[in-house]
Amino acid sequence: MDLLLLAISAIFVNNILLAQYLGNCPFCGVSKRISTAIGMGAAVIFVATLASVFTWIIYYYLLVPYNLTYIQTLAFILVIAALVQFVEIFLKKKIKVIYNALGIFLPLITTNCAVLGIALLNIKHEFNFIQMVIFSLSSATGFALAIILFAGLRERLLISPVPKAMRGTAVALVTAGIMSLAFLGFSGMVK
Amino acid sequence: MKFTKILIHGFWKDLPPFRLVLGLCPALAVTNSAENGMGMGLAATFVLVFSNMLISALRKVIPDKVRIASYIVVIATLVVLVEMIMKSYFFALSQQLGIFIPLIVVNCIILGRAEAFASRNPIYLSFADGLSVGLGYTLSLTLVGTIREILGAGSWFGLNIMGHNFEPFTFMVKAPGAFICLGIILGIMNFWSRRRGEIFIQT
Repeated sequence: MDLLLLAISAIFVNNILLAQYLGNCPFCGVSKRISTAIGMGAAVIFVATLASVFTWIIYYYLLVPYNLTYIQTLAFILVIAALVQFVEIFLKKKIKVIYNALGIFLPLITTNCAVLGIALLNIKHEFNFIQMVIFSLSSATGFALAIILFAGLRERLLISPVPKAMRGTAVALVTAGIMSLAFLGFSGMVK
Repeated sequence: MKFTKILIHGFWKDLPPFRLVLGLCPALAVTNSAENGMGMGLAATFVLVFSNMLISALRKVIPDKVRIASYIVVIATLVVLVEMIMKSYFFALSQQLGIFIPLIVVNCIILGRAEAFASRNPIYLSFADGLSVGLGYTLSLTLVGTIREILGAGSWFGLNIMGHNFEPFTFMVKAPGAFICLGIILGIMNFWSRRRGEIFIQT
């Protein structure tokens, strides 16, 4: 039950994009079409969950025993960068279908703050292994949900008459604000 | 001549996060008060100045193929340094900024300047570029923080300036306010650029 609450809270109430402001660069950059948004969302779910598992293990079995927690940031970003590179090579060689769908999004993910952010939040909230997996998976799902919904809105924005000065990123940010207001409505659901 | 030009380009021509649409996450997340915005901006400036100088100094040594990874290592080391400095001297601020200090590592402005400028310019020019873009970023974050704090809490840098009868818009210090405030500032800046005849629309 607690795990279900954790998942709902991570997807809707504390949505990583709209309530915690992580991962906004891809949110504005690759949300112009629904198809690219789906690709990006799927790639983030995949990498964020994998990266969280690795960083969690490294933190508790390598950094904590040797009193090295102060290099957490350095260690995590290196793990994520190496992991992304490895996943890319592996998919390219072994699973061509997924590579064709996600390939171009993978390099972008290294500098996606959602991935590093989820890894850091797992440590900050002191989750155990199962909670960590659920939290990472649902946070990343929240990211995918928000970016796909947002891409749908932006496709509509293209055909609407927007004042010239507000075109592009400006109106996208205002739209994101209204969407975030809608997600704020969930905040009473779970403590 | 070139030096002064680089020293001022970060304040309007390449002002982050508005003209260079990079580094949005901290610009949205920590600008719920002017003080937090300024602290974040200065921390990022510190990292940016030193990463630009270091990367510029190492630009002939770093092989082209692994350059991004090398830049990340340089930046992450500096961020760890900033984290420690903040924790020992500005503890309250570091608690407020939370995970956004380690997240300076993935702030696209820093990697962007390393790739676009420091990797092909001498050290003193890279220093000027880092300082200018960094201070421009600090100014923008302080501006957004000021607007949100005054409207959302009725205070500025913690000082109550709107009087006691002011009913704060709590909306402004929450997430939606951040997005809408940034979007409107961007719109005003685009409007101003168009009036001056500069063609500039972010895509």
